Amino acid sequence: MSDAPKEERRDPTRGKTPGVLPGLFKGLATTAKSALRPTHTHEYPDVAPELPPRSRGVIALLAENCTSCMLCARECPDWCIYIDSHKETIPAATPGGRDRQRNVLDRFAIDFSLCMYCGICIEVCPFDALFWSPHFEYAEFNLSDLLHEKERLGEWMATVPPPPALDEHAAEPAEVTAANRPERARPAAGDRPARPARQTPGDSE
Amino acid sequence: MMAADLSWLEIVLRAVSILAAFLVLPLLIGQTEHKVMAHMQGRLGPMYAGGFHGWAQLVADGAKFIQKEDIVPAAADKRLFRLAPAVALIPYLVALAVIPVHPGVAGVQVPASALLVLVATGVGVLGLLIAGWASANKYALIGALRGAAQLISYELPIVLTVASVCLAGGSLSLMTIAGEWRPHWLLWQLPGMFVFLVATVAELNRPPFDTPIADAELVMGPWTEYGGLRFAFFLLAEYAGIVVMSLLFAVLFLGGWQGPFSDHLGWLWTLLKGFVVAFLIIWMRVAWPRVRADQLQRLAWLVLVPLALLQLGLTGVGVVMGW
Repeated sequence: MSDAPKEERRDPTRGKTPGVLPGLFKGLATTAKSALRPTHTHEYPDVAPELPPRSRGVIALLAENCTSCMLCARECPDWCIYIDSHKETIPAATPGGRDRQRNVLDRFAIDFSLCMYCGICIEVCPFDALFWSPHFEYAEFNLSDLLHEKERLGEWMATVPPPPALDEHAAEPAEVTAANRPERARPAAGDRPARPARQTPGDSE
Repeated sequence: MMAADLSWLEIVLRAVSILAAFLVLPLLIGQTEHKVMAHMQGRLGPMYAGGFHGWAQLVADGAKFIQKEDIVPAAADKRLFRLAPAVALIPYLVALAVIPVHPGVAGVQVPASALLVLVATGVGVLGLLIAGWASANKYALIGALRGAAQLISYELPIVLTVASVCLAGGSLSLMTIAGEWRPHWLLWQLPGMFVFLVATVAELNRPPFDTPIADAELVMGPWTEYGGLRFAFFLLAEYAGIVVMSLLFAVLFLGGWQGPFSDHLGWLWTLLKGFVVAFLIIWMRVAWPRVRADQLQRLAWLVLVPLALLQLGLTGVGVVMGW
């Protein structure tokens, strides 16, 4: 206890100090009120949590969409995506046509012990093969068991929620705009200016 | 009723029922505290043990405590260290035995039961002191010394208020006092009730007067070095203390078994009134912060003791005037 006069210890903005008793009753009233209100406890293992939209639980893979372009693996800051693929030749569909090649995905694995859930792979995927899923219950007892192959990543596709509805008055998605665009008027063949004759380096002389 | 009147069977029966009450009622209070405190803080509290709203949480806690290693610090005074939990626990068992719950029904009937309860509960604090001294730990010692200072400050108000009620009831027997109780005592003994309640919370080292334990400053005060079953005994002593002091409050100030159908349901009234007091003690713990040790001293000597003396005078006047 200091010898300072009482006025100095008071908060000058509050005027007269109310003393101890009102505070005590306020404490009792506050606790009683919270006791009568519903609790805030989330009974998690028994009751599924209400996750916010766009929760980042796990990364799911839609393998059919993947072209093994490696963009995700290369953009990944942690280098936790492993992709193996090989090329297959598709014979020409029409006689005289050209054989085509396509990539076949052999292995797509994400090491969730390295992943930092930045979502860059999902952002960067040009073919919509990767998705955020809110599913989060995939803890393991061993760190090395967190490397999940494409089968497991594919199973998580079932937990991917539909994309959230657009905001009111938002612009239409690019796909919809493209599909609804009126057919471009094709210029008739005759109107096209004649292609200039092909020049070869020897012609000029 | 003297001991010579009792058959062996009755003695055993009474001892067993006292022990059962001593083991069950504190658990009931503890579970109530778990639940009440949880809901006052917007939580649910224990929900799993036993299935229905975690009713067996404290039983599970007890099973856990029994399995723990029995550790005695190397520097501790080992015999005192082992003795301390018993010194803290047994006085409350003795006190519980003499508290009447029903007209003519108490574990043991002694003529000066009010005095016996006061003496017994005063001894309980010694357990805290012994524990703090024997632990060879500075936190434990500071806690024990705070407990000693607290003992001096609250023991006097408790004795004075109990003396006031004994004066009003014209007896040192709790049985007679509860029988003599009349509703106007609620007003007549009101200052005494207030003083007794505050001093009780201080005696039990419960928040807001838990400076000897003060887990934020002193780790766990005198209990710091304790673990396992011995720690559980200290906890049991705390909750048994709440039971004893709540029932004592109910018998002294609230008329014990008096109420409708007291011929048959008197024991229920006593327990019910005691439970309300215990609820109040729990509520205070949740609602109020801890006071400093010196603030408790100030409160005890400048408010409680004068109020208790005033109550004693008021009671004297009332007895002479025949209220």
